[in-house]
Amino acid sequence: MHFLNPDNLVLGAGAGVNTGDILFQLLAFIVLLFLLRKYAWGPLMGIMKKREEHISNEINEAEKSRKEAQSYLDEQTAALKEARKEAQALIEAAKKQGEQQGEDILRAAREEANRMKESALSEIDREKEQAVQTLRNEVATLSVQIASKVITKELDEQAQQKLVNDYLKEVGEGR
Amino acid sequence: MEHKAPHLELLGLTFNPSNILMITIASVIVFIIAVLGSRSLQMRPSGMQNFMEWLIDFVKGIINSTMDWKTGGRFLTLGLTIIMYIFVSNMLGLPFAIAVDSELWWKSPTADPTITLTLAVMVVVLTHFYAIKVKGTKSYGSEFFKPMKFMFPLKIIEEFANTLTLGLRLYGNIYAGEVLLALLAGAGTAGIFAGVLSFLPMMVWQGFSIFVGVIQAFIFTMLTMVYMAHKVSDEH
Repeated sequence: MHFLNPDNLVLGAGAGVNTGDILFQLLAFIVLLFLLRKYAWGPLMGIMKKREEHISNEINEAEKSRKEAQSYLDEQTAALKEARKEAQALIEAAKKQGEQQGEDILRAAREEANRMKESALSEIDREKEQAVQTLRNEVATLSVQIASKVITKELDEQAQQKLVNDYLKEVGEGR
Repeated sequence: MEHKAPHLELLGLTFNPSNILMITIASVIVFIIAVLGSRSLQMRPSGMQNFMEWLIDFVKGIINSTMDWKTGGRFLTLGLTIIMYIFVSNMLGLPFAIAVDSELWWKSPTADPTITLTLAVMVVVLTHFYAIKVKGTKSYGSEFFKPMKFMFPLKIIEEFANTLTLGLRLYGNIYAGEVLLALLAGAGTAGIFAGVLSFLPMMVWQGFSIFVGVIQAFIFTMLTMVYMAHKVSDEH
């Protein structure tokens, strides 16, 4: 029946209500509450709040720089594309120019060749003309010579015929 | 088990000097732990600061689970102080008890119903105080007649029941733990055979008492916030 004795409800209990304990406990708790608020919880919560703000700032900053980087990247990509396009255009132009030049050279060569051919032909013509002229002159002289020979030499008809043929043959071979 | 309490009368008040001593020691220990934990605060916490911040987050979680942060934020320091003070108080009586001239001096202050009921009454009074402060007197008064008028006596009883359960639950758990510890320790000194035999249950019971002490500190804080939310919030 030891535990049923009300004096034993507290470890080593006394009799009556400990009014002093109640007051002291209240006072101690309130003092502790205020001291802790001032020296522990206040600063701790302050630093926690500061860290929270810091982190949120950092996240914002990171977000911003990420966006910036993205825009730079886009810009760079666009510039690269532009450059590539320009290079392509340059190559295209160069190719076209080369072709043009080649054609020009070809045409010039062809013209030159034509010109040379024509001049050669005309030269040939002239030479021929000259040759014909010379021949004509020679034929005339020869005719005169033949005639003079025929005249100077009295011959019978047969001999004369033979002579004429011979001369003619001679003339033909000489030609 | 024939321990008696020291007794002192002063200015018409009755004191138990051992309670005074243990309350002071518990408060000082709590204060030292808290100040050590918040002495060199850094953005990158380490050591004790980590622990204190974990504790703050823990109590924040308790408050958030019972009411929204806008009304509950102001109770954070109260909850923190309660949970630390009760935890330290619960732990104090575990490693040893000191009796001088068969008067018990070193024990858990929470093993005394006077102390726990004082804390419980303080909490309940605070809930009423904040109910009036947050919702106004009229709204606070009408709360006693909801949902029906005849509920009024029940509501009054509820307040006393809350106070008693809050205080006596803590007291009962810690007191029972200490009584059993004292019995085991008494058996341990009775003889070599009993000492060897009681060593293992002593270890087990001390471990369990640590667990109970932690749980009771948590429950006391949790119930404080539940009562507070019950009074302060609007949804009921």
